[in-house]
Amino acid sequence: MRTLIIISQTLLLIALAPLLSGVIRKIKNNIRMRKGPGILQPYYNFFKLLSKDEVISENTSWLFRAAPYVVLSSTVAALLLVPAAPFGFGMDLMGDFIVVVFLLALGRFFIALAGLDAGSAFGGMGSSREMFLSSLVEPVMLLAVFTVSINSGSTNLSAVYSAPYLRLSSLIAGVALFIAAIAETSRIPVDNQETHLELTMVHEAMVLEYSGKSLALIELASHIKQIIFFTLIANILFPAGAMLAGPALNLVLFFIKLLSICAIVAIIEVSIAKMRLFRVVDFLSFGFVISVVALLVSVMGF
Amino acid sequence: MNFLKPNFSLSFDPLSSFFVFVILLISVPSAVFSVGYMKNQYSGKKIALGWVLLAAFVMSMAAVVLVKDAFLFLIAWELMSLVSYFLVIFDSEHAKSIKAGVIYIIMTHIGTAFIIAAFMMIFKYAHSFDFAAMKQACAVIPAAQRDVIFLFLLIGFGTKAGIVPLHIWLPYAHPQAPSHISSIMSGVMIKTAIYGLIRFVIMILGVNTFWWGNLILILAAVSCLVGVMYALMEHDLKKLLAYHSVENIGIILLGIGASMVFSVLNMPIPAALAMAAGLYHLINHAVFKSLLFLCAGSIYKATGLRDMEKLGGLIKTMPWTAASFLVGAMGISALPPLNGFISEWLTFQALFSGALYGTGSVKILMGIYAAVLALTGGLAAACFVKAFGITFLAMPRSQAAKEAKEVAPSMIYMTGFLALMTVVLGLLASPVIKILSRVSGYVLSADVSAMSVSGFSLNNLVVMPLAGTYLSSPLIALALIVVSGVALGLVLLFYGKSKVTVDKTWGCGYYNLDSRTEYTATAFSKPFRIAFSFFYRPYHKKEKIRDSYYHVKSMKYETSITPLFKKYIYDTVISRVFGTANFLSRMQSGSIHFYIAYIFATIIVLLVFMNRF
Repeated sequence: MRTLIIISQTLLLIALAPLLSGVIRKIKNNIRMRKGPGILQPYYNFFKLLSKDEVISENTSWLFRAAPYVVLSSTVAALLLVPAAPFGFGMDLMGDFIVVVFLLALGRFFIALAGLDAGSAFGGMGSSREMFLSSLVEPVMLLAVFTVSINSGSTNLSAVYSAPYLRLSSLIAGVALFIAAIAETSRIPVDNQETHLELTMVHEAMVLEYSGKSLALIELASHIKQIIFFTLIANILFPAGAMLAGPALNLVLFFIKLLSICAIVAIIEVSIAKMRLFRVVDFLSFGFVISVVALLVSVMGF
Repeated sequence: MNFLKPNFSLSFDPLSSFFVFVILLISVPSAVFSVGYMKNQYSGKKIALGWVLLAAFVMSMAAVVLVKDAFLFLIAWELMSLVSYFLVIFDSEHAKSIKAGVIYIIMTHIGTAFIIAAFMMIFKYAHSFDFAAMKQACAVIPAAQRDVIFLFLLIGFGTKAGIVPLHIWLPYAHPQAPSHISSIMSGVMIKTAIYGLIRFVIMILGVNTFWWGNLILILAAVSCLVGVMYALMEHDLKKLLAYHSVENIGIILLGIGASMVFSVLNMPIPAALAMAAGLYHLINHAVFKSLLFLCAGSIYKATGLRDMEKLGGLIKTMPWTAASFLVGAMGISALPPLNGFISEWLTFQALFSGALYGTGSVKILMGIYAAVLALTGGLAAACFVKAFGITFLAMPRSQAAKEAKEVAPSMIYMTGFLALMTVVLGLLASPVIKILSRVSGYVLSADVSAMSVSGFSLNNLVVMPLAGTYLSSPLIALALIVVSGVALGLVLLFYGKSKVTVDKTWGCGYYNLDSRTEYTATAFSKPFRIAFSFFYRPYHKKEKIRDSYYHVKSMKYETSITPLFKKYIYDTVISRVFGTANFLSRMQSGSIHFYIAYIFATIIVLLVFMNRF
């Protein structure tokens, strides 16, 4: 029963994942006074890409073909662990909060290798930068996870989710996790999802050689990764009490939380310029400092 | 003279058995690998010599972990160092090998000197070199002397283990040896130092001082970061792997140091967990590091190259070596569900449970160590994307790489076997932890046996008793396979097999791309070089060779980093030593009168010394 709930909850989140990207894009366009595509556009893109033929570089190996599946499956596996509304538990027997971080690393490892596989400088540059940024993100994320877990006495995600009351340190850790999420979902000011040109050249450059079905899977994985982060933040920033409200209200609360995170991300994206790659180091160091602060506050007992 | 009547019996307690298992697990595949590797590479006589040395090397390592007598331990230890020295200079026609050998033998003897000094200090109380007698005697040694003994043991074994800043010999010596020896040296020999630390510091000396574990933790954290950061800048495949050994020794010591801290703080379960995590990472590192070294050996055999910048595209010509290397790279980058992931996860859990039950500063320190471990993991993953991507993917960057052929089956089987072990140690996490927690329970003795240490694992679940956390690597593997399968199935079901056009890589509409336009290892590591320039102190040199003012014919670009430890510590020490020696050489005046005066002065000093002490 529990497994069934987890699987259906995961499927729901997968189905919902592209919507978030659509919503963010819609909000951005509204702020910029543009009309822009509808919020369902990511779905259209996904199905369009699925029915397209592929062009593959002659330099690539089997790894290039396999990478999209590894990325998708590792991301979905990470999603399985994440507790979401209405019931608030994930596949605890499989792993914990830390495993989520490791599973995302698995997908990243393969997509970065695939970026190098075609032998173009675009892909290489993208891979190099992606690995560079993610290695800086990892301590931020893990220390935030560590703090939240200390607060709830366990790294078990369901335990984290059902923590009885909200603590200041969890809030601060949530902010640190938010900074990590911006970097990991390639949002401004770290990266820009809308282009692969020189200024950004991180994630989009890395997957430049992909087309058709493979690209569809990679984009789906990116959407799922985004919803993982947003769900985690939603459950850390405003975790408590939600469980007490009952499943229906809980679900509504969950959507409101996701929507507000989308709005915040969109507002940040339109109001800040993309940072130079080496300024991002400062940005992420700032994130690290915040997560250290979260740990200190947690040790102080708040 | 007690030490002349050593106790020749061998001990097969859980700790020794564990280490013997690790030694054999790595040595046997490496030995089989060497059959194919040494063929055609060396003359018949040299191959015979290689076998003799290899056998002596493995036996001396086994002796190190099996003896029950410190005197015999020293003999075995010294034998191991000497034999491995001969193996480092096995390719003695290269000047580099000789230099590496000299650095190695000096460093290792400095280490041994400290170990001997520590043993002597214990002997003064124990009047015997027998482990049991030493253990009893250590209880009565005054605290200040215990601290000194601990520091001596740490320096002595730390030199062999390659912890920063004593790692200096490791990136020279390990790559210079033949690959199967590098594999044993990096995989097992440096682990004997960990054995030494566990046996002599934790079991014989006994940890009751808070700062000992903390010192080890700090050194471990520094080793992790320094090792992986130098590895990122390294483009010699074997040297890169050698620097990763420094990093991984750091990770192992994070577990062991945390265990020491927790046992002083009287937290037996986190202590046992941390010890098990360290030991788990030890066997994991042995497996994937020797796998990677053997693969590097296969590449060297096939192409004659170790420089990544000249390799590339090997995944097509050497598919089996590539697959094994990929598994090893995933293991060392701690990717689920392979073995490195399990042990790093356990280390995180150990740090976490320490933080959970520790107070104030312990909480914060454990958090910081966890962050260091996370950063290390991220950098290691980046490093192995570089190592695998540049070496195996895209187009070959030299003629030798283009003409590479897959190596002999016996070599492939051995790398394949170690790759299999990497997977198995990941999937069978639960039983392995059960065994390891028995070892760690034995090491930490009575405190733990009361609490059920075996509670760490159920059927095929890893359970953290304090944190209420589970981990199941088979379940993760299953999830990965099922999701991939379902995705593939759905795509094929609804959209069929897509028409795939194979064409040239997109070159922005310009001419064809060739291997010269590929991304290089230097370029890959550039962001790291810039962001961590405070540590690397990079040096660039750009030179344009022109036909005329308007036409640049070719460009030369050189970049290197400043080896901080060598420049600021070792070079200083060496220059001081030589300076002092020069200064002292004035004493050698050639006049016999002076020499008689020296002898007389020495006798006076000795008499005073004997009288005083």
